[in-house]
Amino acid sequence: MTLANMDQPIFLPITKIVNETEQVKTFYFNFSLKSKPGQFVMLWVPGLDQKPFSIGYDSGAQFGLTIFNRGPLTKALFEMKIGDRVGITGPYGTAFSVKPNTHYIMVAGGYGAAPLGFLAEELSNCHPERGLAADEGSLAHDNNVTIDFCVGARDKDNLLFEERVKKLPNVTLHLATDDGSAGHKGYVTDLLSELADSYLRNQTMPKKLLFVTCGPELMEFKVLEFCNLRNLECEISIERFMKCGIGICGQCCVDPLGIRMCMEGPVVSKAVANQLTEFGKYHRDKSGAKIYY
Amino acid sequence: MLTTTFLNKSFENPLVLASGIMGVTAASMKNVIENGAGGVTVKSLSLTPRTGHPNPTQMGTTNYYINAVGLSNPGVEAGVEELKLFKTVCEAPLIGSVFAGTPDEFAAVSERICAAPIDFLEIDVSCPNVSREFGDPFAYSIPAIEMITKKVKAVTNVPVIMKLSPNAWNIVDIAKAAETAGADAITAVNTVSGMAIDVRARRPILHNKQGGISGPALFPIALKCVYDIFQAVKIPIIGTGGVTTGEDALAMIMAGATLIGVGSAIYYGGVEVFKTMTDEMERIMKEEGIKSLDEIRGAAH
Repeated sequence: MTLANMDQPIFLPITKIVNETEQVKTFYFNFSLKSKPGQFVMLWVPGLDQKPFSIGYDSGAQFGLTIFNRGPLTKALFEMKIGDRVGITGPYGTAFSVKPNTHYIMVAGGYGAAPLGFLAEELSNCHPERGLAADEGSLAHDNNVTIDFCVGARDKDNLLFEERVKKLPNVTLHLATDDGSAGHKGYVTDLLSELADSYLRNQTMPKKLLFVTCGPELMEFKVLEFCNLRNLECEISIERFMKCGIGICGQCCVDPLGIRMCMEGPVVSKAVANQLTEFGKYHRDKSGAKIYY
Repeated sequence: MLTTTFLNKSFENPLVLASGIMGVTAASMKNVIENGAGGVTVKSLSLTPRTGHPNPTQMGTTNYYINAVGLSNPGVEAGVEELKLFKTVCEAPLIGSVFAGTPDEFAAVSERICAAPIDFLEIDVSCPNVSREFGDPFAYSIPAIEMITKKVKAVTNVPVIMKLSPNAWNIVDIAKAAETAGADAITAVNTVSGMAIDVRARRPILHNKQGGISGPALFPIALKCVYDIFQAVKIPIIGTGGVTTGEDALAMIMAGATLIGVGSAIYYGGVEVFKTMTDEMERIMKEEGIKSLDEIRGAAH
């Protein structure tokens, strides 16, 4: 059941702005959003537009949205200053699993690093005051979680959250850039096979292996193909054009299941992703017409 | 118990997905059927694709749901492909839906949607983009409704349903005019015009400023429209507007509706609301010793 009154926008002032790269900023709001990693909010700039943004940070007292400057709404947002207000509704959608006794291989492309950075912090219990709601038991420092965090970008200057993720305990950072200016030269997905092999080879205690991915769809599709080939589990955040964000308009329904990516997604299991014939092939624009990748 | 015959077509239950909700693709409509709807109405199609209004296009509260999507749709050509696909994966009754700016355009888009295997065609004459060539918006104009009904009937091979606006003070006369002009059924009602203002933003929440109100706030208004229209026409009525519970649905049938349109109830009860509502209808019917819906249709008169 939807908490109906929560879908009216809450008008919040921006409390901090961090320049992440030339085209990416994180906007912080002092508000207890009670979100989970993988979920999104709708952000409204009155008179202009309202769009979904994945949540990149949530300490319990403060949340952050990492935003790529790509259109009129984000352009307006990039011109805003601390104290300027925007309308927020949410959080909405499904989240990545937070499980103890698990080795995560996180695969982030571009600003997909934001929700995965939030997930890595959640798994490292960075914000104990949030009162973590883990799927299986509560996560403490001895939760037996390790993380290979793989992040890819065009070049060194466009890599996100290198510093933020590097300082987390139990996280090993792996970089990939198209031009080789940092880390592996090539796609981030080139790293998967070796990381999976290395983990499975050196595994000292029984731990589940889980891939999670967020980023460009064709990158995510490669992660799914890899997990299918190797019979490994994964969770994928699938982005579709959203209008309402609250499960009514049907704009983000995916073929052939007809499930809504704002409600039954954006994070889906491998089993669900494998049933989505449109995944990696096409999505729909704001009229509902198919756009092939 | 809930089986309903509407214009010679059998529906497993009388709840049909209302136009504009969840209904962009064959897959989403099939999902609604799997969640217990007796039939579906596709989101209205136009001759050419439309992207609709910028967001916010909708907002929900405990009491009402407001939307001004701007009739976004991929156009009738792409829409026909989705409707064909729907019928290959689902046997449930399918109601097509179109809107247009002029009577001739209504005829043109109606003719084209009939290339799809739709069972009925609903004509949205209560949309915001109305032609004023008759001096009044279509929704309030008897001559406009007559002309659109006749032109659409002349080019279609399926029963035609006219969807009317609760903003029409003369909705009963409009319904009678549609019946006289050859309409096979009436859908009553579309959303009622309204607005929501964010006091901190100091402006309307919807980008389009005004929108259509549905949800619980619309229900008593829709119920009265259906009650009044039932007394005035012989053709069947799809009662739509704020029906969110099984009890609401039974009240609509007692007012005279044959089918029940269900839309924003999904906001209040999730996509599984169809099943929740039919369960409740059956429970109340058992308690009250009601054997079939035919037995109580119009019973409140």
